[in-house]
Amino acid sequence: MKKKQILLLSLLIVLIMLISCAPSTKQVLATKGSQVKLRSIQTRAFDTTDREKMLRTVIATLQDLGFIVDKADDVLGAVSATKLERYTLRMTVSVRPRGETQLIVRANAQYNITAVEDPEPYQQFFDALSKAIFLTAHQVD
Amino acid sequence: MKYNIFYRLIVTIIVFLFLFASCAPTIPKEALQLSKENLKNRQLQTRRFDTDEKTLLSASAAVLQDLGFTINESETDLGVIACSKERDATSAGQIAGAVIVALLTGAVTPVDKQQLIRSSLVTRPVHIDETDKSKCQTAVRITFQRIVINTQGQITRREGINEAEIYQEFFDKLSQSVFLEAHEI
Repeated sequence: MKKKQILLLSLLIVLIMLISCAPSTKQVLATKGSQVKLRSIQTRAFDTTDREKMLRTVIATLQDLGFIVDKADDVLGAVSATKLERYTLRMTVSVRPRGETQLIVRANAQYNITAVEDPEPYQQFFDALSKAIFLTAHQVD
Repeated sequence: MKYNIFYRLIVTIIVFLFLFASCAPTIPKEALQLSKENLKNRQLQTRRFDTDEKTLLSASAAVLQDLGFTINESETDLGVIACSKERDATSAGQIAGAVIVALLTGAVTPVDKQQLIRSSLVTRPVHIDETDKSKCQTAVRITFQRIVINTQGQITRREGINEAEIYQEFFDKLSQSVFLEAHEI
């Protein structure tokens, strides 16, 4: 029976090592889901070419959701914003043309110190955005 | 009996380890959901002025400077100004409480020390008459947030500021500034 106990203890130690031994530099390029899946979650296409209007509407939507704008760049078409409400939620939204008739909007979010990779929060964001701009958000493959 | 305690302990530890490994905190469901509260705040934080966008932006920048904010970022093509300031956050009540606790127990309780006040101001042209461009109105929306740090350097509060009086006072100052700007004072 003693052997069994030793076996269990060593199993426990191995488990602890497994959990704690991944180097934290791995986080630099780490994502949980696949790149393709993540893009489809975070991206929508809109049937408009008015980039400035889209950027202004993105900013207004972020403000509606309680964010303040940290950075906005007209040339790059990117907006970064932060929401503080006991937690810190940071978002970057970028707008760029897709073909002749569409704009692509991509959003990514960070909740405290973890990346947001669930589809639901992004769906809520794009719902709010398409309501504000009176256009349908198309899923991009 | 001895085994039982040993095994129970091991099993509990393993269960806890799995919990630690799998339970990263996730985003609250309402974080990106538009609510009635959000729409109420929009009204609180927005005003319209009978000026063009550039004039309103420079009048706003002037007010923010009046209030001691430093501008961190601006993009005039999109009508965005982001600014912040750091200020004292000590409150007499909290310090009195900490002193009483210290006298009774000898323990030092941290109190709020300083706060970072952040704000973004966004303007948006409103066309009331598409044919006549000289009749322009511009909407402006400002949002304040703050992060409070205590004497031990920990964050004790991070929140949006939604007090009506603060926004009212800001827009009073802004209308004065727009007036001054229009008359080049």
